[in-house]
Amino acid sequence: MEQLLENFSLDLFVKQTVLFVALIFLMVKFAWKPILNSLNDREEGIKDALDSAERAKLEMENLQADNERLLKEARVEREGMLKEARDLKNKMIEDAKEEAREEASKLISQAQSAIDSEKNAAIAELKAQVANLSIDIAEKVIKDELSNKDKQMKLVESMLGEATLN
Amino acid sequence: MKASFKKIIFISFCLAWSTYPFALESLGDTEGKKGDPVNTPEEINEYIQHHVKDSHDFHLFDYFSNGVKHEVGFPLPVILWGENGLTAFMSSEFHHDDSGEVVVERSGSRFVKNHGVIYELEAGADTVKFDEKHHPTNASKPFDWSITKSVFGILLIGFLMMLWFGGLAKQYKKKSVPTGFGRVLEPLVIYVRDEIAKPNIGPKYRQFTGYLMTVFFFIWILNLVGLSPFGFNVTGQLAVTAALAIITLIIYLFSSNKHFWSHQLWMPGVPYLIRPLLAIIELAGTLLIKPFALMVRLFANITAGHIVVMSLISIGILMQKDMTAFGSTTLSLVLAMFITVIEVLVAFLQAYIFTMLSALFIGMAVEEGEHH
Repeated sequence: MEQLLENFSLDLFVKQTVLFVALIFLMVKFAWKPILNSLNDREEGIKDALDSAERAKLEMENLQADNERLLKEARVEREGMLKEARDLKNKMIEDAKEEAREEASKLISQAQSAIDSEKNAAIAELKAQVANLSIDIAEKVIKDELSNKDKQMKLVESMLGEATLN
Repeated sequence: MKASFKKIIFISFCLAWSTYPFALESLGDTEGKKGDPVNTPEEINEYIQHHVKDSHDFHLFDYFSNGVKHEVGFPLPVILWGENGLTAFMSSEFHHDDSGEVVVERSGSRFVKNHGVIYELEAGADTVKFDEKHHPTNASKPFDWSITKSVFGILLIGFLMMLWFGGLAKQYKKKSVPTGFGRVLEPLVIYVRDEIAKPNIGPKYRQFTGYLMTVFFFIWILNLVGLSPFGFNVTGQLAVTAALAIITLIIYLFSSNKHFWSHQLWMPGVPYLIRPLLAIIELAGTLLIKPFALMVRLFANITAGHIVVMSLISIGILMQKDMTAFGSTTLSLVLAMFITVIEVLVAFLQAYIFTMLSALFIGMAVEEGEHH
């Protein structure tokens, strides 16, 4: 303790106190405050940057999920549209075929009836022609037959002779 | 320009370091009588005792030529506030005298220097006399504002800290990541903030960090400079460590809150009869033991380190008869080298402990009671 007190110099104590307090104030003003502020700012900046990067990543992920969903929807829609188109096509072909078939059968039946009526007309005309021709022939034959009196008389006589036999 | 100045400082440190043991050892190579090189145990003891004390001039080393001792060093200004007001002169006026024989007359006052203390002689006296309690009988002690070796060291380190950390602060204005020497300093600043201030003080760490940083770098750099052969022993001065400890005491007393004092004076959770006793113990701890421990720990560690290093170096002188010059020099070099390496660690450790304990005491004073 004696040694300690002997080593203690009040002058130096006062000088150290004054100088050190001055040093603290100078260092705080010109060094520590700006350094700590800048370090804080920098660390907060880094933290913010990391946070926003994380957010951006999440957003990206969301976006990607959205994209995927949209793509899926689009694919489903395309599929649906293609299916519809295919159905429509088939139906149209079907309809066209049906229509064509109906048209054809209608045409065929029309043709049939036309043919029938033509045929009937032709037959009728033919009949009339034949009748006329027959009548003409008969007339000519009869005229010719009747012009020969002897022959007539002979015929009548033969007929009469047959009638008597009956 | 600035960079080259820093380089010169760095190189001079390195050079000085490498020549450390030789500067002292060269003292021992001639056998001699009184006034010759320091080579007896008593002289070495005195030399060491003298070294760890503050002094008024900056003494680097001595050398001998033609039997005459030449002291190499430079004088420092002596500033005294005595009976006749302020006086200033260079310490070379005392001609290296430390026994009170050389009288310096300035503005009507007469000063002598005895064992590192300057006295102002009364009229008629021409040397200082002491009574048995070592009080001067025919002289008074003026207040000594001198730039002593320690004050020179404090000013130098203060200047260097302003230069380095002020430079670092300036760098942040232009860029967010420092370059050059600032890149070395920045992790240290972050270390003190994150490892010492934050964990020990808690959320209110910000307003105390400035003090903790100053005290940490001040002690650390001065400890390291003390290991250089320039012969600083600033952190081994009781007055310096006392000032540091008292500043810590004042800071934690002035920042203490109600919760702290309620625990100091009327400790909750213990029987009422014990509370006054605990209050006495707690008060003694807060007001005396903590700052006293801070003061003595730093002083004793650094002073002991200096004494051990110098004692090991003096092996080279004292053991020459037993071990030959080569053997004793080798032994002292090897031992001194190892102990110096340990001292480099101690330099950091003591700065860390002082700062950490200061932070811890401040943390105890500002702690809020919610989580109890």
